[in-house]
Amino acid sequence: MSLTAGVVAVQGDVSEHAAAIESAAAAHGESVEVVEIRESGIVPECDLLAIPGGESTTISRLLAREGIDEEVKSHVAEGKPLLATCAGLIVSSSDANDDRVETLDLLDVSVQRNAFGRQKDSFEAELDVDGLDEPFHAVFIRAPVIDEVGDAEVLATWDGRPVAVRDGPVLSTSFHPELTGDSRIHDLAFFE
Amino acid sequence: MPEDLEDLKRGTELVKRGFAKMQKGGVIMDVVNREQARIAEDVGAVAVMSLEAVPADIRKRGGVARMADPADVEEIIDEVSIPVMGKSRIGHTKEAEILEATGVDMIDESEVLTPADDRYHIDKREFTAPFVCGARNLGEALRRIDEGAAMIRTKGEAGTGDVNQAVHHQRNIKSAIRKLEGMTHEEREKWAREHEAPADLVHETAEMGRLPVVNFAAGGIATPADAALMMHHGCDGIFVGSGIFGAEDPEAMGTAIVEAVNNWDDPEKLAEISSNIGSGMKGDANADLPEEEKMQGRGV
Repeated sequence: MSLTAGVVAVQGDVSEHAAAIESAAAAHGESVEVVEIRESGIVPECDLLAIPGGESTTISRLLAREGIDEEVKSHVAEGKPLLATCAGLIVSSSDANDDRVETLDLLDVSVQRNAFGRQKDSFEAELDVDGLDEPFHAVFIRAPVIDEVGDAEVLATWDGRPVAVRDGPVLSTSFHPELTGDSRIHDLAFFE
Repeated sequence: MPEDLEDLKRGTELVKRGFAKMQKGGVIMDVVNREQARIAEDVGAVAVMSLEAVPADIRKRGGVARMADPADVEEIIDEVSIPVMGKSRIGHTKEAEILEATGVDMIDESEVLTPADDRYHIDKREFTAPFVCGARNLGEALRRIDEGAAMIRTKGEAGTGDVNQAVHHQRNIKSAIRKLEGMTHEEREKWAREHEAPADLVHETAEMGRLPVVNFAAGGIATPADAALMMHHGCDGIFVGSGIFGAEDPEAMGTAIVEAVNNWDDPEKLAEISSNIGSGMKGDANADLPEEEKMQGRGV
């Protein structure tokens, strides 16, 4: 029985998530079909879901315009897994401290956009993540930081600030696990 | 865990190309002031390109076109939360350094401005900021990537509102990649020599079946249908220059182009998106343009 994995594809680095999901599934001997989500009606068919990196203002606007936002909320309410990275974290949070982004309130954290600065401050670093035996090579690009954690569990911190969290079926990172060819975060989110 | 901030790796190829990947599926809009930047962000642009005048106005005005006033770029940076890019002249390392110092997130080494060096492009690897460069064909694209470009865009023919040349350039790039895919190692080496392209990048492109960096469309895109056409030709996203603020209703046109990129393969939705948005920029047909007025031949 093949799993259907949806990647929200209204904007952002979609193909990178698709490749990481396929690689994580293969490592678990799971068969998976990845579908791109640009319109409503597809999320309900999905067993698992990813919201990629990109621009949170653009993604949030198009999710609402296409009617995908409510479907993603139902997906999480049903307890199905979601991985949201960077812009995905902002969109999934309970509060982005910015009225330019309509958040979906899928995990109990508030975030600050671009908290590490502009692109010149973007960086890569080795990160210890709860649940992973070896450090993860994390790429932070104009990354948000989690400033308040409610019920969510913190899986990793950078410079004392939470950068990876889990809240029920939702795993979310302020960095980009889809950019390095290491699918262990996708594995944690979907197959463990 | 090494948390010493001095040890962080910034401005690496991974970080630069990663930034470009975050723009995929998005529309990057030319803006000349903070009011336009505000509108661009509100209609869903993934980033704005700050410049002194849009290409159509640069064309009309003539004279030497240079980077924007850094104070204006900083105003735009303060106005919006999305990335801000800036245009430097081809080969003008100092304009690029000044733009980087203002805090722009990406620099466009652009043929729209008057080239500062007729033989060399900027050594883009020396910068922390990522660069985007224009190309008309695969050899040109790979030369720019070799110099450190983290994103390639078609040159098209900027400021015309005629999509013809962007289509031509994108077809050139895609068709050359398809040919490379069918070649042996030695044929690819020969192709690299003939097209003045670095051999390692030729092999990498052939193996990936696409450019090793993000590939956007630019130059003459003026309507939602134009944007959809460039997505159909395999572009990762769209730059719109004069097409937004040269349109009758910039907000309606901007909104429609953003939605058209997401729905590029759905004609019914495109029909709805393209309806009642006012007229696009007037423009100049590429075929009517005298050779000396074309910008695409600058910096190859």
